[in-house]
Amino acid sequence: MVEVGVKIVLSLTQIAVVMGVVLLTVMFLTLAERKVLGWMQDRMGPMEVGPYGILQPVADGLKLFFKEDIVPAGANKFLFSMAPLLALVPALIGFAVIPFGPDLTVEVFGVQFKPFVISDINVGILYILAFTSIGAYGIILGGWASNSKYSLLGGLRSAAQVISYELNVGLAIVGVLLLAGSLSLVKITEAQTGWFWNWFIFAPPFPQIFAFVVYFISAVAETNRLPFDLPEAESELVAGFFTEYSGMRFAFFFLAEYANMILVSCIAAALFLGGWNAPAPFLQFHGSLAHLLWLSATIWFAVKVYFFLFLFFWLRATLPRLRYDQLMRFGWKVMLPIALGNILITAIAAYLFPRG
Amino acid sequence: MSNEAVPLNYVPILVFLVVAVGFGLVTLLAGRVLRPSRPYKAKLKAYESGSPLFSDARLQFPIRYYIIAMLFVIFDVEIVFMFPWAVEFRKLGLLGLLEMGFFIGILLVGFWYAWKKGALEWD
Repeated sequence: MVEVGVKIVLSLTQIAVVMGVVLLTVMFLTLAERKVLGWMQDRMGPMEVGPYGILQPVADGLKLFFKEDIVPAGANKFLFSMAPLLALVPALIGFAVIPFGPDLTVEVFGVQFKPFVISDINVGILYILAFTSIGAYGIILGGWASNSKYSLLGGLRSAAQVISYELNVGLAIVGVLLLAGSLSLVKITEAQTGWFWNWFIFAPPFPQIFAFVVYFISAVAETNRLPFDLPEAESELVAGFFTEYSGMRFAFFFLAEYANMILVSCIAAALFLGGWNAPAPFLQFHGSLAHLLWLSATIWFAVKVYFFLFLFFWLRATLPRLRYDQLMRFGWKVMLPIALGNILITAIAAYLFPRG
Repeated sequence: MSNEAVPLNYVPILVFLVVAVGFGLVTLLAGRVLRPSRPYKAKLKAYESGSPLFSDARLQFPIRYYIIAMLFVIFDVEIVFMFPWAVEFRKLGLLGLLEMGFFIGILLVGFWYAWKKGALEWD
């Protein structure tokens, strides 16, 4: 029983750190997004709160915290209150299986403990897919429970969009699984050690570059980010599924969206770009500094994740929003055939030229 | 402690679930104490660009959404079969490859049919 207690305390510490880092990153991202968009449009972005506007996220958070929470008269009260939680919780607990650093095991009070992954379950990627699907319920129920036409349309659009692109995410991942032979993100990352040509995006026998492109575009669509932000298209639906939300519940949808962005970036980094592996072995701490491997590894992981997050902002600044029929046609008629073809070719290549 | 006791690996996830839900509930409850609550009738009306509401928002919606949902279920079940196949691919050998080719082939026929029927068009 003592062991279980120690394990739970260790897990709680890890969870606190991961949640803290994720929520801080979300705070930072809200500012970074406005700054990056500002610079790309040749303006300064937020400048008023604190030096260069760096305290803007704090001001925004405090403001949302103290805002009145309005529940529309016609709304389904229970679902309306619960939907933001249903959107936020899956986005947070998805991080439980992400390997942030090397697969070390340390012993604390006689308990085996892996510091850089909260739980190394053998179905990690399935677990993430399952929970991100639940996140879609938060959006759909929030849109329906509001009893507002804009919200309902936003929620329905989101449902159709998320399920269409979820297929492509699943199919893109199958290609990687064929090469890795495991569903555990820890093992998938370990299969990519060494030089950068071992990363699954470049790896022989068949580079997963098509799967990577399909995965990333679908991930942008699944997180409802531009150019796929039709569920909240402000120029046609006011704010889409969260039109009627205010205060902290609105903030939860916002947190969920940004946490999901970080989560899909982590998955993209782990599946396709080698996770915490450096592009070349000598770029990690090694030899006499090998005990610091975890430091350079987590930094490499963060660099990759931030690269993807920057890509999200870049896309937003560059591309106009798609029309709904274009969105559905693109998902079903372009991405799905590419993803299926990728699986067939990868399977044939992996059969003819098995990996090591 | 044997580290192969699989359910034990799920304990941290359960703890994470509790912490995440707790975080949400505590934030909402703390906010309830701190934020104002001054509702009146006009404020609680659903937003419709300022005009009076002319109907309940729970309207009927196009059958298109239903067809997309059907297609999703079919393809999602297909992916469920693909995950274990992909993981055990090396052990299954040529038979596994051919079987999956056959399986995907059947689905492609269905996909082609749906495409030709116009189920993937969104007007």
